[in-house]
Amino acid sequence: MFRALNRLLMSRTGPILTGVAVGILAPLLTFWGNPGNMGICVACFTRDIAGALGLHRAATVQYVRPELAGFMLGSFVSSLMYGEYKPRTGSSPIIRFFLGFFAMIGALVFLGCPWRAYIRLSAGDLNAIPGIEGLAIGIVIGIGFLWRGFNLGRNFPAKRALGYVMPAIAVMLIVFVLLRPSFGPEGSSAIFFSKEGPGSMAAPVALSLAVGLLIGWLAQRSRFCTVGALRDLIMFKDFHLFNGILAFIVAAFITNLFLGQFKLGFEGQPIAHTKALWNAMGMVLSGLAFTLAGGCPGRQFIMSGEGDGDAAVFVLGMLFGAAIAHNFNLASSPAGPGAYGPAATVVGIVFCLFVGFLMREKI
Amino acid sequence: MAEAVIVDARGLSCPQPVVETKKAIKKTPYGEIHVLVDTMTSVMNVSRFAKSNGWMAEYEELPEGSFKIILRK
Repeated sequence: MFRALNRLLMSRTGPILTGVAVGILAPLLTFWGNPGNMGICVACFTRDIAGALGLHRAATVQYVRPELAGFMLGSFVSSLMYGEYKPRTGSSPIIRFFLGFFAMIGALVFLGCPWRAYIRLSAGDLNAIPGIEGLAIGIVIGIGFLWRGFNLGRNFPAKRALGYVMPAIAVMLIVFVLLRPSFGPEGSSAIFFSKEGPGSMAAPVALSLAVGLLIGWLAQRSRFCTVGALRDLIMFKDFHLFNGILAFIVAAFITNLFLGQFKLGFEGQPIAHTKALWNAMGMVLSGLAFTLAGGCPGRQFIMSGEGDGDAAVFVLGMLFGAAIAHNFNLASSPAGPGAYGPAATVVGIVFCLFVGFLMREKI
Repeated sequence: MAEAVIVDARGLSCPQPVVETKKAIKKTPYGEIHVLVDTMTSVMNVSRFAKSNGWMAEYEELPEGSFKIILRK
């Protein structure tokens, strides 16, 4: 049974199966308690973890999201089982750190990563449309660089233990969410858990973790990637990953309808703002940064579980970006972009353009 | 028979192994191309791309854990 399932996941059907699973489970997680249209949002959840650790002090977005720990552990176990655990590193880690950093800034200006953009669309939030258009523009700019020889350099095989770091962090996060330790007087020290706002909304830990592990497993086997989908379609007319995204949106649409979570319109959507320009620009930045780094935030988490040290550095860059986004008033709120969000988006796009132009290597 | 063209795409992020393969196919419309990669993901991506362009693709695992994809047309 496992062998047959694995063959299926490795085939053309793999991304579709993963997309259907994510499309059903993400709205269900919202139904079970996660914030609106945020059943799974890799960027938002990384931001919540940054808050829980006290890296930022936005009191409404602090929670140790078990889904992301599940992504890393599911992928770790799956890659071990199928001989795909390959520790590797050395492909411009510092650049990847800041690509992760700015990808997060862009995502928090839009209020969601590509995963959440598709979920928002499937739930009738029309503000997702300029976001997805921006995402596509960012990816197209990234493709321009890829055709012109953009390259962050090769990675190299590393010692086996290098890949244990992120799974170990995942285990630590699970311990934190289960035991909810406080490292000082209540309320003044980590670990922080929001008492109100999105951070206070969460599905039961066991369900969140189980979904995270399952999706981590499925995505590791099928290489599900929300940015690679558009990239491969545009670059090579390859529908392989794109079919997964279509399946994801359709499954999420049906599940949201079924659960009564579908609401068409621009106004009053959960954790969203209506400023089309910055919905788009935030995602231009994210799409470009993810394309230069080789995959969407979910994919970076999955690869970090497989032993990819550079993807792990990207993930840590996202964590740092989330902290800065809230400490420096860059992140958007339902009222619109933060005071310095638009400026930071422009800085991020300039950074990515420099990286795209300057990091070219003859191979 | 001409010698196989070698494309060393080991250690490159997605989708660069496919980009390098595409460049090689453009330069060598017929014959044999060997693409070296080090993850199963790249094996599948390069093979899928080559097949969709009318090439035959098979791969073998090399002793140090990387893969050689053999493309023929």
